[in-house]
Amino acid sequence: MDELVSLVNWSRGQFALTAMYHWIFVPITLGLTIMIAIMLTRYYKTGNEEWKTMTKFWMKLFIINFVVGVATGIILEFEFGTNWSNYSWFVGDIFGAPLAIEGILAFFMEATFIAVMIFGWDRVSKKFHLVSTWLVAIGSNLSALWILIANAWMQYPAGTVFNPATARNEMINFWDVALSPVAVNKFLHATTSSYIVAALFVISVSSWYLLKKRNLFMAKKSMLIAAIFGLISSIMVIFTGDGSAYQVAQKQPMKLAAMEGLYQGKSQAGLVAIGILNPKKDITNDEKPYYFKIEIPYLLSFLSNRDINSFVPGIEDLIYGNEEHNILSAEEKMARGQVAIKTLQEYQKAKKSNDTANLTEISKKFDPNTKEGEHFLNNYFKYFGYGYLNDPIELVPNVALTFYSFHIMVSLGFLFILLFIIILLYVWRDTIEKKKFLLYLGLWSILFGFIASQMGWIVAEVGRQPWIIQDLMPTVAAVTHLSVSTVQTTFVLFAIIFTTLLIAELRIMFNQIRKGPDNFKK
Amino acid sequence: MFEQLSYNALQGYWWLIISVLGAALVFMMFVQGGQSLIYSLGKKEPQLSLILNAIGTRWDLSFTTLVVFGGAMFAAFPLFYSTSFGGAYWLWMLILFTFILQAVSYEFRNKARNFLGAKTYEWFLFLNGLIGTISLGVAVGTFFTGGNFVHNDMNFVSWTTNWHGLEAFANIKNLLLGFSIFFLARILAILFLMNRVDDELLYVKSKKQLLINAAVFLVFFLSFVFAILLGNGFAVDPTTQLVYLEKYKYFNNFIELPWMGTLFLIGVVLVLLGIATPYLKNKKLETKGIWFAGFGTFFTVLALFLCLGYNNTVFYPSLVDLQSSLTIHNASSSRYTLIVMSYVSLLVPFVVAYIIYTWRKLLKKKFTADEISESDTAY
Repeated sequence: MDELVSLVNWSRGQFALTAMYHWIFVPITLGLTIMIAIMLTRYYKTGNEEWKTMTKFWMKLFIINFVVGVATGIILEFEFGTNWSNYSWFVGDIFGAPLAIEGILAFFMEATFIAVMIFGWDRVSKKFHLVSTWLVAIGSNLSALWILIANAWMQYPAGTVFNPATARNEMINFWDVALSPVAVNKFLHATTSSYIVAALFVISVSSWYLLKKRNLFMAKKSMLIAAIFGLISSIMVIFTGDGSAYQVAQKQPMKLAAMEGLYQGKSQAGLVAIGILNPKKDITNDEKPYYFKIEIPYLLSFLSNRDINSFVPGIEDLIYGNEEHNILSAEEKMARGQVAIKTLQEYQKAKKSNDTANLTEISKKFDPNTKEGEHFLNNYFKYFGYGYLNDPIELVPNVALTFYSFHIMVSLGFLFILLFIIILLYVWRDTIEKKKFLLYLGLWSILFGFIASQMGWIVAEVGRQPWIIQDLMPTVAAVTHLSVSTVQTTFVLFAIIFTTLLIAELRIMFNQIRKGPDNFKK
Repeated sequence: MFEQLSYNALQGYWWLIISVLGAALVFMMFVQGGQSLIYSLGKKEPQLSLILNAIGTRWDLSFTTLVVFGGAMFAAFPLFYSTSFGGAYWLWMLILFTFILQAVSYEFRNKARNFLGAKTYEWFLFLNGLIGTISLGVAVGTFFTGGNFVHNDMNFVSWTTNWHGLEAFANIKNLLLGFSIFFLARILAILFLMNRVDDELLYVKSKKQLLINAAVFLVFFLSFVFAILLGNGFAVDPTTQLVYLEKYKYFNNFIELPWMGTLFLIGVVLVLLGIATPYLKNKKLETKGIWFAGFGTFFTVLALFLCLGYNNTVFYPSLVDLQSSLTIHNASSSRYTLIVMSYVSLLVPFVVAYIIYTWRKLLKKKFTADEISESDTAY
């Protein structure tokens, strides 16, 4: 058993490693392509060579960043198969589709038009070059759309039904998968927040030039575009963030409880603005959950259910159950999950022994159109994944990691808004060069952008443990049965390769920035 | 419109798409073939830069096709995805590692302060050209020769050897295909360079290299074809769905589906024609070999893939439990998903069209040494 736990942890670690490295490069790609397209449009309209130089410069940085995103991205796609093979079968019927669509629709588009964007300056018409550059922006955001639909489906498995004959979940409505409220929110939140990271990247580089008193035209114009782009994105992030939190509250209450460190549920719950958790606290003891906290009254209830008086369940409610609020205990869910697993086994036994009478009888339970089916699917199969668990405690994610990630992300998000506004103000007044402190802040802001962005994924992914598919499959049932040492070896190899590439990328990038837009050659 | 098709027809249609992607992938591997030639054709400058720039402008072609091939497999035949990727772990990891290296190397190679030095990135490209092609060939070889897996009641896979994919390298047929793909990729690269690059010295050297590579390729490829056609194949009974070994199964497929056999033969002839073009005394055709050999490769590989999926054949046999073997019927997605994906597949011709369109616009001019030294976007 310990072997299995260790295998799951290393497999998760490998996936997290790949995803986190990948996510250093992706947010910049998503937002920078749009800003580059805006700059190129300015050049196309004005014919001003300064805009051209500027566009070329940011394209250079973009492509250096982009290739590492590609290198890490290919691994992610295949890791579903290599390390989560049971998962790949159990939900491949749904999950494979968005990945394939991403490839067909987005990857070719990105790759093809990036080639035009980079090499096309003198080889194609100005108009075609401009259109291609916009298509790169559209293509990269489209690819984000499909992979985020896939991720959203893991958090909220919509549009599917379980087929006992094939022992897997099968898609019954593509639009329910693609347009589920979780998918829509996830896409909007992940992209708009990425635009902020990209805006901070441009601000950071531009700040450096202003501090060095170099390339002033480019630095100021870039900063202006980035600050406006960042501010608009930030305002959108407030809404998409709120939407995401609402979806979490509705579909993944345990994640929300962990985000807030809420052990005992309550009505008229306040949202913790700042807090320090008591590290000794867990579900098994009566310690106080917080050393210290400042709450905004009613806000958590409002965010969760759009009603300040509503009840928000805590970790204890979700584990031990709460009759008053119709929450089943974890043990009850586990028992029901075991019934579901057993029913499936009976089905398979009947199929093997050609017991048609029994087979028809059990089949009805899996058919949503029969009365038995409706009962069984809603009361038992719904908890299928719980049947794999041994102890209710396995249902509690890492509270501290989820809590701090969530709060750091949100706090930074609000600080970025402030930063964008102040920068915009001074760029407007044309006195930004003199605001040394602000420029230093701008220079380092990108680091915090990365932190906030990564924290967002930690909340989303750590907060939903132990599930790989919410309520249907825990990671422990999904993992490929390799030896621990095998996964450890690939983990180390990936860590070495990715780190090397990151170092190379940063050195090349810094060097390119130091040289500036006037000197492109090597 | 796809709703009218039967489940079997949809599975057949999706196997066709997988086969088309597989065939396109091998054609596009001229990129890897070119990378494997940098230490022979590109020993000196400007030839090295010419090769890397001619190929590097579109290095994404094989990379992206590989990713889409994986995605399409996942969507249409998820049981293959879970079985082979999870089981033959090391084989796929090896392929992936070399493709990570490829993705950054073109861009990073000639940049200052690139941490590892230009030579290392060139070596990465070579590695991808060598290991990437051979391993992919070996992986495709296992479609014929099988893997060591069983499925339980949940269709979850267990691999019965601890080698997890490395055992595929011990199978001679897999290796024959691996080396065939490697040398074929080099042939395609040479023909591509002859077509794209205007450099007398490179052309002369290429012509020499072409002969050697073609000879070695033919030895490997013909051995593979004979080994496959004259050996046992894995067949499935369409009524009972039971898998059994059949003598000359793959040969029989080509005979029983004559159009497939014809496709295969046309493909092989075109490849040979492509190889021969530089030696024909015809100024017009001299540099057009890539088109013959490229489409020849496409048809040949297409026919080989189709031969695995059609005519009641197993496309991924299990060596330890025949009945765990994969056919396009037991490994596929649900009818509904296949219909959805079929609509998506209608976009493929559109994608191909814009790729060709941009390619033509972008690569109107041939690559010359002067141009590269003046360009600020050169690799």
